[in-house]
Amino acid sequence: MTRPTLAVWKFASCDGCQLSLLDCEEELLAVAGAVDIAMFPEASSSMRPGPYTLSLVEGSISTPEHLEQIRTIRAQSRYLVTIGACATSGGIQALRNFADAGEYAAAVYARPDYLSTLATSTPIAEQVSVDFELRGCPINKAQLVEVINAFVNGRRPAVASHSVCTECKRSGTVCVMVAHGTPCLGPVTHAGCGALCPRHDRGCYGCYGPKETPTASLAAPLQKLGMQGDKLVRFYRSFNAWAPEFREESRAHETP
Amino acid sequence: MASNGPKLLPAAQLDALFDALQRRGYAVVGPRLRDGAIVYDELKSMADLPIGWHDRQGPGRYRVEAGGDRALFGYTVGPQSWKKYLFPPHETLWRGQRGENGFAIEPPPPPPRRAFIGVRACELQAIAVQDRVFTGGAAVDSRYAARRKEIFTVAVNCGVAGATCFCVSMNSGPRASRGFDLALTELLDAQRHDLLVEAGSDAGAEVLAELDAPSAAQADHSQADALVAATAASMGRQLDTTEIRALLYGNAESPRWKAVAERCVSCGNCTSVCPTCFCSDVQDVTSLDGSTTERERTWASCFTQSFTHMAGGSARVSTSSRYRHWLTHKLAGWIDQFGTSGCVGCGRCITWCPPGIDLTEEIAALRADAEKP
Repeated sequence: MTRPTLAVWKFASCDGCQLSLLDCEEELLAVAGAVDIAMFPEASSSMRPGPYTLSLVEGSISTPEHLEQIRTIRAQSRYLVTIGACATSGGIQALRNFADAGEYAAAVYARPDYLSTLATSTPIAEQVSVDFELRGCPINKAQLVEVINAFVNGRRPAVASHSVCTECKRSGTVCVMVAHGTPCLGPVTHAGCGALCPRHDRGCYGCYGPKETPTASLAAPLQKLGMQGDKLVRFYRSFNAWAPEFREESRAHETP
Repeated sequence: MASNGPKLLPAAQLDALFDALQRRGYAVVGPRLRDGAIVYDELKSMADLPIGWHDRQGPGRYRVEAGGDRALFGYTVGPQSWKKYLFPPHETLWRGQRGENGFAIEPPPPPPRRAFIGVRACELQAIAVQDRVFTGGAAVDSRYAARRKEIFTVAVNCGVAGATCFCVSMNSGPRASRGFDLALTELLDAQRHDLLVEAGSDAGAEVLAELDAPSAAQADHSQADALVAATAASMGRQLDTTEIRALLYGNAESPRWKAVAERCVSCGNCTSVCPTCFCSDVQDVTSLDGSTTERERTWASCFTQSFTHMAGGSARVSTSSRYRHWLTHKLAGWIDQFGTSGCVGCGRCITWCPPGIDLTEEIAALRADAEKP
């Protein structure tokens, strides 16, 4: 039996998520044993053509070329899994979706006319069908291995979509919101990071995007901790600003 | 000193109890200050206790402060409960290794001997409830039972009630009445700082006999009784449990459930901090090459979508249905299922709920709505 082939692709992103694969260290050998890494430009200049069993796609759709590229990749892939906040929600660069991208470009670049970008940064799933979305900015490498494991072995990935609070409580972390009065997005944020920030006495920044159930009830306790108006808008507008639940919540607190 | 009647141990000599327990091979675990809260962790000696620290609790709010005294147990319950030792959040039930002829199963190591020090009356009740859930029926949870057997329990009668405490309503405190090996009452005033030590089991009596301390006098018992009575009289909250099953079963369609859902974030913190919530999820975690597997059990919460996921999706999609399920099961369903309420009145679900949802307030509101003509 031939080994399943793996391809890793990059769209608008910082490369941090695909680096998580190289960062797997001892697990990387097991991954390389379980799959034939056919296309991974960041790791190897040996790039073989498709089709591929599993494509991991990092980054958001941000340029006209991306629109074509993602269709080509989808056509060559049996399974397509998006990795990271950019690919699943548009990433930090989706902040431009709330503004005029042309104005941003003019403010930043001496010759904005050299640029060819779309007015928005959007998730991969808005363009093609996606078999699984792995969240996080960056993704958790153990979850990445679990996803590869699941697709190689034909089962559903065991990736929980409940709150970060669950991870805090399981790890015995004291609630930074209740015990310290620190604003925290943990109650509405998708688990996966292992409660990294609360474990280091910080509120959750929402890197893994919205959890499975609604977001709006967190506004009242956040407001009690001094997160009013613009502060609340900015709180929800970071790496997953364009995720529908965070997008709506940030808009709900905008001053007209 | 071979008497095993109640004794009076000077508070400064609590290490004698630590020594007696450690000599018996127990790792002592109890309250200690960490990250702005009183949590349960390993203690080497009484110096690790949060001496002089007190807590202030309210809905969605918890703070510790130094009280300017030498009290060893001058606080109520914190975010964690003894559940983390008896029913840990993560547990490997067994490991499997593929061999040439099938596979071999490796059981987990035997549980450690632990002495719990500082167990409050509501927590004793919570342990009794989990004992009933895990070991009381036909199917005994062998891992829970094995851990439970290795526990020595030193209770503490509460000398102070928190603002979210309501053990009196749930008939579980503030005095430890059963389920302990030793019980301490801290007698602290301008003149004295002593611990009244009482045995509640043969194992406790054996340890008590080893303590080099005088027998307690009637005056000591009177002071302890007055202290516990004062605690009982200063409960932060109360919950009227009259006909509670009928109240909850009869008001499944109350508009109150939707109202509370407006505030509930479905984060699941209430179920994590609850000392009796017992649900878990079991998954097999396999290596990439399929040569090994681990069967992992983790805490589950009825506030998640996966909890009721089955063919066709989740059964409880709305927040109101999840909150209603949790509260109805906790306060009513448990009585039918286990012969006891699932609530012990510790107040953790009130304090550690980020929006500060208060089940005592919800029950009162539900009752008021139900009694409207």
